Amino acid sequence: MDILPIFSTLRRHKITALLLVLEIALTCAIVCNAVFLISQRLQRTEMASGVAEHELLQVQVANIGKPANGKSRAQEDLALLRQVPGVTAAALVNQVPFTNSSSNTSIKLDPAQKLPTLNATMYMGEGLIASFGARLVAGRDFTADEYLDYDDMRSNPELQNKVGSVVITQALGERLWPGQSALGRNIYMGDTSVRVIGVVQSLIRPSLFMGDDAAQWTMVFPLRLSAASASRYVLRTAPDQRQQVLSEAAKVLRKADPHRIVLKKDTLDDIRGAFFQNDRAMAGILVGVIAALLIVTALGIVGLASFWVAQRRRTIGVRRALGATRRNILNYFQTENFLLATIGIVLGMVLAYGINLFLMTRYELPRLPGMYFPMGAIALWLIGQLAVLGPALRAAAVPPVVATRSV
Amino acid sequence: MFTYYLDLALRSLKRNRMLTALMVLAIAVGIGASMTTLTVTHLLSGDPLPGRSQHIFYPQVDASPAGYSKSGPLDMLDYRSAVDLWSAHRADRQALMAGSEVKVRAPDTTLPPLMVPMLATTSDFFAMFQVPFQYGTAWTAADAASRARVAVISSDLNDRLFGGADSVGKTLRLKDSDVRIVGVMKKWRPSPLFYDVRAGRFAEGQTSSFYGKPEDVFMPFFSGLDVNDGNFWQFTCWGSVPRPGHLQDAPCVWVGLWVQLDDAAKVADYRAFIANYAQQQKQLGRFATTQTRMPGLMEWLVFNHVVPSDVKLQTWLAFAFLAICLFNMIGLLLAKFLRRSSEIGVRRALGASRGAVFAQCLVEAGMVGLVGGIGGWLLTLLGLWLVRRQPVEYADLAHLDPGMFGLTFALAVAASLLAGLLPALRASRIAPALQLKTL
Repeated sequence: MDILPIFSTLRRHKITALLLVLEIALTCAIVCNAVFLISQRLQRTEMASGVAEHELLQVQVANIGKPANGKSRAQEDLALLRQVPGVTAAALVNQVPFTNSSSNTSIKLDPAQKLPTLNATMYMGEGLIASFGARLVAGRDFTADEYLDYDDMRSNPELQNKVGSVVITQALGERLWPGQSALGRNIYMGDTSVRVIGVVQSLIRPSLFMGDDAAQWTMVFPLRLSAASASRYVLRTAPDQRQQVLSEAAKVLRKADPHRIVLKKDTLDDIRGAFFQNDRAMAGILVGVIAALLIVTALGIVGLASFWVAQRRRTIGVRRALGATRRNILNYFQTENFLLATIGIVLGMVLAYGINLFLMTRYELPRLPGMYFPMGAIALWLIGQLAVLGPALRAAAVPPVVATRSV
Repeated sequence: MFTYYLDLALRSLKRNRMLTALMVLAIAVGIGASMTTLTVTHLLSGDPLPGRSQHIFYPQVDASPAGYSKSGPLDMLDYRSAVDLWSAHRADRQALMAGSEVKVRAPDTTLPPLMVPMLATTSDFFAMFQVPFQYGTAWTAADAASRARVAVISSDLNDRLFGGADSVGKTLRLKDSDVRIVGVMKKWRPSPLFYDVRAGRFAEGQTSSFYGKPEDVFMPFFSGLDVNDGNFWQFTCWGSVPRPGHLQDAPCVWVGLWVQLDDAAKVADYRAFIANYAQQQKQLGRFATTQTRMPGLMEWLVFNHVVPSDVKLQTWLAFAFLAICLFNMIGLLLAKFLRRSSEIGVRRALGASRGAVFAQCLVEAGMVGLVGGIGGWLLTLLGLWLVRRQPVEYADLAHLDPGMFGLTFALAVAASLLAGLLPALRASRIAPALQLKTL
């Protein structure tokens, strides 16, 4: 295929060609970045929680002022919940992943330190690690005699020093003591210190208000909660029994104390779904924008190509009369589009990189991975070829006899 | 002359319906996308108290230990500082506020108890923020002083509990206390909910929660603290809290103070007042630092980056999209006009000036823009409807106001005229002789 005649033709249509190139470039740049944004958003929704998500349920009851006997209330509730058919574990906990409500504290590695090292979240509740299904990778879980009553500690702050132990996540251990084992080390909070006795692989904090990097800065304390100090019952069951167990559990809790309100009852899958709803909505919008962009660009190419074909009808007829085959004419328009698309794509890559730099500074986005460039290029080449096919076929169908008319 | 051009444009547009439809569609989609996002941005970055926001300020002092808050005072006040500043009554109006969640029942109804957000605040709140009332009024200063158990409720809560009827004088059971309703607010939806805005600079752009609805129950500050004791939210603490939810003597910041200062002299006086207060407290050993800050309302919103970064990103995207649609339209118009070269040649030969041809072409482009504007308006309505279905706090705010409605058409016509400029120029440069030769 001879490219030079195409160039000399394009030189006569500088402005139209330039417009097409610019449109392709802009589309390419935006599509590359939008696809990257979509992958970022979707990746975020996949964030590991470290708990047995498909098996967990949460029932939250309203804090009923101060129940007279919160401790026995909690034990009775848990005993009733464990009797619900299908329940394999039940715990009363202070917070649950993806609920956006959390208690957090500043921690230090040295009591003499003036400013805290970081802010970590505090999970508590008897049997929390086992009920959540968090995986221990070092050390051990708490023993039954290690647990203290949270209510006692609240009325007697002296007891804070008796807590003694903590289980942390691998990520927190790595952040605090890079490359070393966290087991046996001390963490300081205010005037008290706790020793790390176990490490779980992962346990996400309930709210990501500190940013995604701090998502795994989590500690679990051996504290037993009462119905006066906590409101979230967590149940574990087989995935297919969740709905049944959920309604049964709510019934049981309401029956045990008719004066309380069951605020929420959800599967953890649903809670997680709601937590990342914004990310999914944004990804959806971006998919829509990409589709609309590609359609508009394709229509633009169809329009211009049709115009060129109509304008060059006579020239095409002359070429056909001089011996060019239909295939030659078809190839001519396809090659022309390919050339324009290629120039547009090269420009678009530069622009895509520029937009990414802008997003990196403004939205703290990572650098655009190199693989997006060839993907964007292929997408636009394909769109270009598809769009030009119709007009090119029409051009190829121009009969040679046109050359003899009206010259 | 103009009507003649309109007629010409109409004929020309009719001649090639496919191309015309393409152009209209391109403009409509581009305008629809950009007007949807622009409307949302406009709603979210507006002034929640138009005409008054310049008089409203948010003073802050810092009771936290040395080095705790490195970048200026914390976003809220500790109880003692807040009450000290408030009871000095140095501003034209001043309101303390603290948030909590409270259990509500209406004893006269059989409805199950609800958990609703409550704001404990002082009586100036309603006058200072010009809260509209449906029934009754705010509580009086005397009510507040006697720690009366009274409350103002939102129209939402009034609808839920009393079916929208006048509930003034009725009793609500808040946690364990009986409280008399003295006022029911009209629908009030400041955007953002400015007096609850804080910590936005740590939110990494996820600030849509600032656009939530106002609280459902308002109680006088001190009686509110009594009624819902044990349920108050801290902003942050630098020591352990002996009784969570009871923060009066805790090392925590959790109270907001908003003041109204009517002129520049008063603003300067108030700044000096809080600076003096910080100085004096440092001498007493209660403060470690004398840092203070007193942003105005709008300044505070900017400081907290209230417009969510997703919304800004969508606006950028939409305008890039509009740009592509415009490139597209320039190309198509160019094709269209140049295809009519022979016709234009005849018109020029018959005496039409370059200007006349140029004007004719622009009228045609503007007409495409106008029709595209109608399509864009419909698509904007569709877009806003989609926004309203999204799970974000500001969803119910997304409506097209008359200003934005007008802007939709202005933008559509302006965009298409801009797109028509170059093609029209090219068309007006067509040499008549060359075209006539080939006829």
